[in-house]
Amino acid sequence: MSSNTPVLEMRNVDKSFGPIDVLHDISLKVNEGEVLCLLGDNGAGKSTLIKTLSGVHQPTRGEMLMDGKPVSFNRPKDAQDMGIATVHQFGGTYPLMSVGRNFFAGAEPTKGFGPFRIFDRQKANKIAVEQVQKFGITRITDGDRLVGGLSGGERQSLAIARAVYFGARVLILDEPTAALGVKQAAHVLRIVNEAKRRGLAVIFITHQVMHAMAVGDHFAVLIRGAIAADFRKGDKSREEIADLMAGGESMADLEASIGV
Amino acid sequence: MADPDTTETTSKDGFSLLSLFRRPEAGAAAGFILIFVFFSYFGWEKNFLTPLGSSTWLNFASKVGIIAIPVGFLMIAGELDISVGAMIPAGGIVLAMSVGLYEMNIWVGVIISLAICAGFGFINGMLVTRTNVPSLIVTLATLFVIAGLNAYVSKQLAGTTQHSLADVGVVSEFIMGDYHSLILGDGDSKFTIFRSLQSSFFIWLIFAIVCGYILHVSPWGNWIFAMGGDQESARNAGIPTNRLKIALFMLSAMAAGLVGMTEAVLANTASTTTQFGMIFNSIICVVVGGVLLTGGFGTVTGTVFGTLTFGIVFQGINFTTFDKDLNMLFIGVLLLVAVLMNDSFRNWATSASTSKKK
Repeated sequence: MSSNTPVLEMRNVDKSFGPIDVLHDISLKVNEGEVLCLLGDNGAGKSTLIKTLSGVHQPTRGEMLMDGKPVSFNRPKDAQDMGIATVHQFGGTYPLMSVGRNFFAGAEPTKGFGPFRIFDRQKANKIAVEQVQKFGITRITDGDRLVGGLSGGERQSLAIARAVYFGARVLILDEPTAALGVKQAAHVLRIVNEAKRRGLAVIFITHQVMHAMAVGDHFAVLIRGAIAADFRKGDKSREEIADLMAGGESMADLEASIGV
Repeated sequence: MADPDTTETTSKDGFSLLSLFRRPEAGAAAGFILIFVFFSYFGWEKNFLTPLGSSTWLNFASKVGIIAIPVGFLMIAGELDISVGAMIPAGGIVLAMSVGLYEMNIWVGVIISLAICAGFGFINGMLVTRTNVPSLIVTLATLFVIAGLNAYVSKQLAGTTQHSLADVGVVSEFIMGDYHSLILGDGDSKFTIFRSLQSSFFIWLIFAIVCGYILHVSPWGNWIFAMGGDQESARNAGIPTNRLKIALFMLSAMAAGLVGMTEAVLANTASTTTQFGMIFNSIICVVVGGVLLTGGFGTVTGTVFGTLTFGIVFQGINFTTFDKDLNMLFIGVLLLVAVLMNDSFRNWATSASTSKKK
């Protein structure tokens, strides 16, 4: 395992939809056991970047590499097969299905044979509860519980645990803490740390600087489709990052302009 | 609900009142019992509970029921199918024409009829998955297309819209469309288990068991729920959502065709009249059965209970002293009450489990 080769790398990637350039000359890399925080205001191109990473869009120019080898994803499934898992906010969970059924949706464990293969509920529940608990969600003990009854943080954790269990190497988390309260967000951040500890490469997309600073090793700030800053942990202060995200405008100016 | 006693019972023997209420079909079952008791009381004088009286509403329920189950599948998957209204006569007349006009064996006719319905279902599925037009609109369109084809093709080929279907042999009649009774003993000691139940009732029973197996025991059921819960996530999880959806449309079309065939064999006649009533009836049964209109939630058992409830309310008024004109009013109220009740039960199902461990 050479830790010098990034698991996933983007080199000079452009993405345009017709005449509109959305991403411009993006170069990013993320190593095993590292959290890359992608910061950006609304409309900075974060979503397009995620979709390009997860195979929904194909780059117009530039290349993507996995373990140093060029790859191209035609469909999200291609990216998944390579071990890139994208977890959207509440994504991948079905509120009115049980924890066990959620965890194994699309990859159900079965017992029996032929046309009599049946969904192995007990096994599914057992593994699901085990895996979720390993991520520190000890409140989930019953695999038959409906996911709709879980908190936002727990659902997010379930989705992450699921991705890890099914062999994800790169975890793309799309605003996992955006709609969560302080406590729940802390929960999710702990899970991000746990994933990192297990050697996953995590790309953490957020616009909350505090959350990014709590877990990030490496930061990239996206402004109008281009990387405006790329730095490592401890290089910049919270205020500096916030200023960068606001498009270089200092927070103080912003406050002045709205008359605080 | 966070009663410590309750929690303890659950963990010990896996059964408690709470876990019973958590079952998704609890609402539908409770509704059924309520309606059943109500009509048993008010219909006692007019033999609502006798085997013959019961078969009146059971026979009615069985036909709606066969259609309601696959329509319920579609609704769980987040879709609707209202083209069943024209698929019923299509199934009947194709069978009648195959046997009457082209002198085929009845079972060849059944297969042809099922194949044609499956074809229409396939078209429904393709249109819905390829165009992203809501299935309500797609199947509304195909409802009329098929209704038009029914009338046109049967006039062209047979010169009539009323086809007669002669008796097709004892065994086929027995399976497809006959009245069945089971009476033990004779004379004064005879005991009637059931009387004058149509073949469709038994078909419904078997179909419900098979579909219950598919939805709740086989892994495909999980796919249907996931698709209705969040289609995008389901697709990302590797579930072939398009193919599954097409298969479900084919299933509902074939089920409707089958109902048309049983009616044709039973009545020895098939008509091209579109059964608009059955569209609403099947949807009412599914919704009363606790299936969520927006998808992702429901059970076959619930749908069966919903259908029984609907059958009782629809037919049961004839056994009471209530004015028959109130029939539709009863059904409307039933639908509203059932939906409200199912909502509460569903909320309990999600919240009761949260408070289980604090």
